[in-house]
Amino acid sequence: MSSSNSVRRYCGGALAGVLALAAAGAAFAPAPLGLGRLVTKEELKGWDIDVRPDGHGLPPGRGSVKEGEALYQERCASCHGEFGEGKDRWPALIAGSGKLTDDDPKRGVGNYWPYATTLFDYIKRAMPFGNAQSMSDNEVYAITAYVLHLNDALKADAVLDGPALLKIKLSNAGNFTPDPRPDVKSPLCMKDCKDKVEIHSEARKIAVTPGDERGKKDEKKPRMD
Amino acid sequence: MPADDRVPARSRADAAAKAGRLGRRGFLAAGAGVAAAALSGRAAQATTDNKYGPPHIPDWTKTLGPGVGDKPYGAPSPHEKQIIRRTVDWLTATKESSVSFTPIAEQLGIITPSGLHFERHHAGIADIDPKAHRLVVHGMVEREMIFTMDDIRRFPSASVVRFIECPANGGMEWRGAQLERCQYVRGMVSCSEWTGVPLRTLLRETGVKAGAKWMLAEGADAAAMTRSVPIQKALDDAMLCYGQNGEAIRPEQGYPLRLLLPGWEGNMSVKWLRRLEFGDQPWHTREETSKYTDLMPDGRSRQFTWFMEANSVVTFPSPERPLDGKGFYEMTGFAWSGLGRVRRVDVSIDGGRNWSPARLHDPIYAKALTRWSLPFRWNGEPLLVMSRAQDDTGYVQPSIAELRKVRGVNSIYHNNSMLTWHVKAGGEVENVQLK
Repeated sequence: MSSSNSVRRYCGGALAGVLALAAAGAAFAPAPLGLGRLVTKEELKGWDIDVRPDGHGLPPGRGSVKEGEALYQERCASCHGEFGEGKDRWPALIAGSGKLTDDDPKRGVGNYWPYATTLFDYIKRAMPFGNAQSMSDNEVYAITAYVLHLNDALKADAVLDGPALLKIKLSNAGNFTPDPRPDVKSPLCMKDCKDKVEIHSEARKIAVTPGDERGKKDEKKPRMD
Repeated sequence: MPADDRVPARSRADAAAKAGRLGRRGFLAAGAGVAAAALSGRAAQATTDNKYGPPHIPDWTKTLGPGVGDKPYGAPSPHEKQIIRRTVDWLTATKESSVSFTPIAEQLGIITPSGLHFERHHAGIADIDPKAHRLVVHGMVEREMIFTMDDIRRFPSASVVRFIECPANGGMEWRGAQLERCQYVRGMVSCSEWTGVPLRTLLRETGVKAGAKWMLAEGADAAAMTRSVPIQKALDDAMLCYGQNGEAIRPEQGYPLRLLLPGWEGNMSVKWLRRLEFGDQPWHTREETSKYTDLMPDGRSRQFTWFMEANSVVTFPSPERPLDGKGFYEMTGFAWSGLGRVRRVDVSIDGGRNWSPARLHDPIYAKALTRWSLPFRWNGEPLLVMSRAQDDTGYVQPSIAELRKVRGVNSIYHNNSMLTWHVKAGGEVENVQLK
């Protein structure tokens, strides 16, 4: 009996403590549970790799377009192509002369990406594909410089460092808009909703479904990468 | 007659019945002539070709089966081996940055079996030792902290049933009907019971500074997948999940820890979660600039299109599941919305001319798959079958023609339009689009 009482007292006490904190209503009350520990600067250094368009997180270092070209041909060209044109279904980095209003336009760095810093961030965190986070910051600057050069955003003799990267303005930066949805308002019609029903397209005729041996290759097929 | 959504479902059903689409017993009758089946003829047929059926005694009735523990971790019957995730090889350059689709047509309840949950990896499945895994929370917080999985499992926990959907679900169909399986045109959605820690609970440990408006979520995979999340969502219903359908999250779904942002683009529910950084502005990562932005006909792009709008699918009949002769069937499907609960689902068999309300099955959770059904009798005539969802914001699922009119065909993401199944006279079903 006494032991059960003490268990009850103990549990009740612990519960009351937690409830008191919750009831205090302070969403960010001082560490109420004591779980986890402070992270060290050394630990953070290895993982805090993100770079923002305002320069937050941009590390020291530098690399030239010329250095970047050699690194790019060695580590990037096998997928992205010698000139960034993209091989097979690997992503193209350049868009050529196409416009974004074209049907099925190419979306390269120069004509689509809003910020050059994103290129640095992405190469540093995820490239080369299959050997991520293997490059020095100087190498990342150099490859970033070369890809920007392929997109006519940097001259052939340029050297890229943090301040220079922040000065680069890409042409599509002002063309991103907030989400306007819901942008389509459909009626909840129940009866006699249409005069005529006509077929627009049939999957059977495209014949690109896996296992469909008729297999026409359609260049308009969407891509994910 | 545009229906008023304040009219009770029963009145709507009555109105539809008067319009001749529903039989007296609430059946959707495909045309006239609800013929009685020739039962005696069928009985004569039944005994001839099944050597395991009565009057024969099959082996499984005579001999012992495997004992308990024969399969310490069970698997579906070998007779179900065709119910699997599938890929479309031409879609991507490599399987490591690609997608597999849930066999949604064959899913029998609102929970997607964990092994059938659709996959979208950006650099393959990270193979993580949970003892070594860490979550770092830093930036504009009061205390920059690091947590082990044991720490995270000690926090007060919660469980929710929520769908996760890739915003590219249906993305191959902007220009027209293209793929001949329900799985490929709506299979980038799955639904699970997720267990973990509400993010706001964990953030009590770190505190969040007053000026913090955004959170960067980063994965430990070889894409170090990153998305910027507005602080409102982080403090609303975001969760740090380690459980899926009663067991640890599957490696394909982010073992040992993933973020869950209910109702939002699946890729934002970052898998293999290793880091949360708080800041005063978004990061504009590759996955929210170059990708997962929606290109409009005027050449501008929508950015931060987070929520998944109401959607639905007819799973039977469907290209994978044709009709087998005239007679009674129960039409089935799913509906879901990233903005709340499914309020109603209507079904048409004449290409959207006339609609009948389907029955929604319990349980109906917000931001979860909701099952629906509608009994019908098929008279063998071709049908154009469609379903249409409305969520509790009042939003009605649009047609592809309505979406194309506003968004063109280059936006890849957020195609939540109604699908149309063309049921042919022989019962086979094809994916088509209507003008």
